[in-house]
Amino acid sequence: MSNQALTEAVYYILLSLVEPMHGYGIMQNVEQLSNGRVKLAAGTLYGAINTLLEKGWIVALSGEKGSRKKEYLITEQGKKMLHSEIIRLKELLENGKYILGV
Amino acid sequence: MKKIIHKCFFIWNFDKEEKWLNEMAAKGFILNSVGFCRYEFDECIPGEYKICMELLENKFKDIENINYINFIEETGAEHISTYVRWAYFRKKTEGEDFRLFSDNASIVKHMTRIIHFTALICGLNLYTGCYNLFLYFYGGSWINLGGCINLLLGIFIAIGLLWFIGKRKKIKAESQIFE
Repeated sequence: MSNQALTEAVYYILLSLVEPMHGYGIMQNVEQLSNGRVKLAAGTLYGAINTLLEKGWIVALSGEKGSRKKEYLITEQGKKMLHSEIIRLKELLENGKYILGV
Repeated sequence: MKKIIHKCFFIWNFDKEEKWLNEMAAKGFILNSVGFCRYEFDECIPGEYKICMELLENKFKDIENINYINFIEETGAEHISTYVRWAYFRKKTEGEDFRLFSDNASIVKHMTRIIHFTALICGLNLYTGCYNLFLYFYGGSWINLGGCINLLLGIFIAIGLLWFIGKRKKIKAESQIFE
């Protein structure tokens, strides 16, 4: 399980949720983090959020009264997954650099 | 000024329907409501809106769908209408893309939902058509015109469905390389 790669969308969603954020906030943050390269579509984000909630990698925070917007936050388990993904990405990058000499 | 257009699209060609609705929006007619082969438009500034459509996972009034539609609306889009589980959304844009799915995995998941939905309609038509043929050959009843139409419709939908499954297969193959 820990050897599996995270999708780009999941990686950036988890990274965004180090601070509490609602859906639209995540979309904007991911676009900003990636300098406009990754544009998460709302349907894709909704599916990813539900999967991450089921896995316990993020939690939904109880929002303000009367507000429909839900905020989400990463859990300790989610942070662990992010850390192991960063180790995996480092390995990919270092191997690439070593073999191609770039 | 309202404009009503009657037009039919096959389920497996929903992207053509979406393209046509976007072309209408680019000409200054934004979708306002949808019925059976019936589209009602309002006037808008040409290019002001973009449109996306999606086959919802559950029945329209299901709480999950309501949550989903609320979520999409929170991101700045507007739910226009839902017809037989097909939801139509519009979003004001300044030229940028409006999509509901941004990776192959979610595109494939949506296509699978369409395949299951279409297979159900196809199966019902084939079953009714074959049952009528069975009654004609073995039950001694008259040939039923409705039954023949069901059978032909079932075969036609099955051909469309196979084409759509092939299209999904190509995207699945691509997602082995790209996300």
